[in-house]
Amino acid sequence: MQPLVAPRPLYRRLALLLERIGPARRIFTRAELATKSALFGCRMCGQCALPVTGYACPMTCPKQLRNGPCGGVGADGSCEVYPDSQCVWVVAIGRAERSGHIGDLTRLHRPGDQRAWGQSSWVNYWLGRDDQATAGLGCVAGAGSADRPGPVLLPMPVLRPTEGSEMPA
Amino acid sequence: MIGLAERLAAGGFAVTAEVGPPRGADTAALTRAVTDLHGWVDAVNITDNQSAAVRLSSLAGSLAALAAGVEPIMQLTCRDRNRIALQSELLSASALGIPNVVIMTGDHPRHGDHSDATPVFDLDSTQLLRVAGDMRDHGKLMSGGELKPPPSWFLGAVENPPGRPSPDGTADGGSALGDDDVLDRATYRLARKIEAGAQFVQTQFVFDVPAFATWMKRLRELGLDERCYILAGVGPVRSQRALAHLATIPGVVIPDHVSDRLAAATPAQFRVEGEKLCAEIIAGLAEIPGVAGVHVMAIGAESSIPAILQEAGVPARLQAGAPARSQADVPTR
Repeated sequence: MQPLVAPRPLYRRLALLLERIGPARRIFTRAELATKSALFGCRMCGQCALPVTGYACPMTCPKQLRNGPCGGVGADGSCEVYPDSQCVWVVAIGRAERSGHIGDLTRLHRPGDQRAWGQSSWVNYWLGRDDQATAGLGCVAGAGSADRPGPVLLPMPVLRPTEGSEMPA
Repeated sequence: MIGLAERLAAGGFAVTAEVGPPRGADTAALTRAVTDLHGWVDAVNITDNQSAAVRLSSLAGSLAALAAGVEPIMQLTCRDRNRIALQSELLSASALGIPNVVIMTGDHPRHGDHSDATPVFDLDSTQLLRVAGDMRDHGKLMSGGELKPPPSWFLGAVENPPGRPSPDGTADGGSALGDDDVLDRATYRLARKIEAGAQFVQTQFVFDVPAFATWMKRLRELGLDERCYILAGVGPVRSQRALAHLATIPGVVIPDHVSDRLAAATPAQFRVEGEKLCAEIIAGLAEIPGVAGVHVMAIGAESSIPAILQEAGVPARLQAGAPARSQADVPTR
């Protein structure tokens, strides 16, 4: 889906237009909700993390964790709160592996902005509000980054199992 | 007596223990529990409404521990407070002289004593570690507001040590894909927390020492033990019921040889056998390179901890009035 909505000048102009025209923005936002809730169980947090979570929505986690699974994941990958469901992060990690994107999992997701709930994340994205270029390291809002910064890459080693490091049963 | 951070920095084998604040408007039970541990542990974790059940707050419990002369580690979960309250709680801890804070996401309220409560989770543990580090090291709130003076604490995190191959069958799927495409599930979460600012980590219960040694080897390969002190979680299993309950806790893996051994004990011997096992596990963990200490969770049986430590060969902490012990007695990293 990301290539479809990747920022381009046309989208930016559309987003600026939508920002100005309330009814058009509401219709657009409703269309985004319909699409993304059907596909991903979107909750309209307005600051979409799907592209870096293998399109497993972290906002569907009962704790809405944006930085990986909690300590309550069952041995079978189930959610502690809703044991009938898989942990969204287990799904995300599996998809990241299959698609060769495990580097995405090293990102630190910043705390969400509660004001963004219900907003169109596509508009926010096209207007660069989720752009990591606006983000300094750390969770502290830096100068000029009052808008929501996106996840930042942590300078950590990419963690892949080395030979012989499998855990004994 | 030196503090937890100093003990670890000096390369000593640290001992922390977990104490749950009481349910009731009195700190006496907590004071009694921490007093039993005085001179035996470097610090006590004061839990933050553990299992999402209402207790005295971890801040109040930490103050009671301080008053009893035992260094507290204040647990702070993201379950009940938004970012305003979390930062306020962190500031309060520092202002009141609480030297250590351990940060965790927290149990979901659904399985607690108020399952109808709002699950807050405004921040997660990784974000809160980063926020706390920024407050301390840069004197800044999340808003950018300045803190004068900035707080200071020794910052900790928690982690589940792997006791068996990754939960979702990646051992199979992974090998088909080739190693380059597989995430090291056993270490990546801790690596993130360390990157976010964790200076020490306390793990969930360890019952499989060889599995823990394998994990430690991997952490050492990544250099993570150099950046963060690893305290292995241990605890005496006191009854068959406790064993069955432990086995249901995510992140706790009890190998068959351990459950068989405990199951073979008669009910009368169970407690003794559980404590003996705990002492053996501590002694085993102390031998593993990179293990900086142990975190003992006795869940209501704190008074049994000194005897367990003694049996494990972990000496009492040096303190005024106690006979001085040779540093050589202290296992080093």
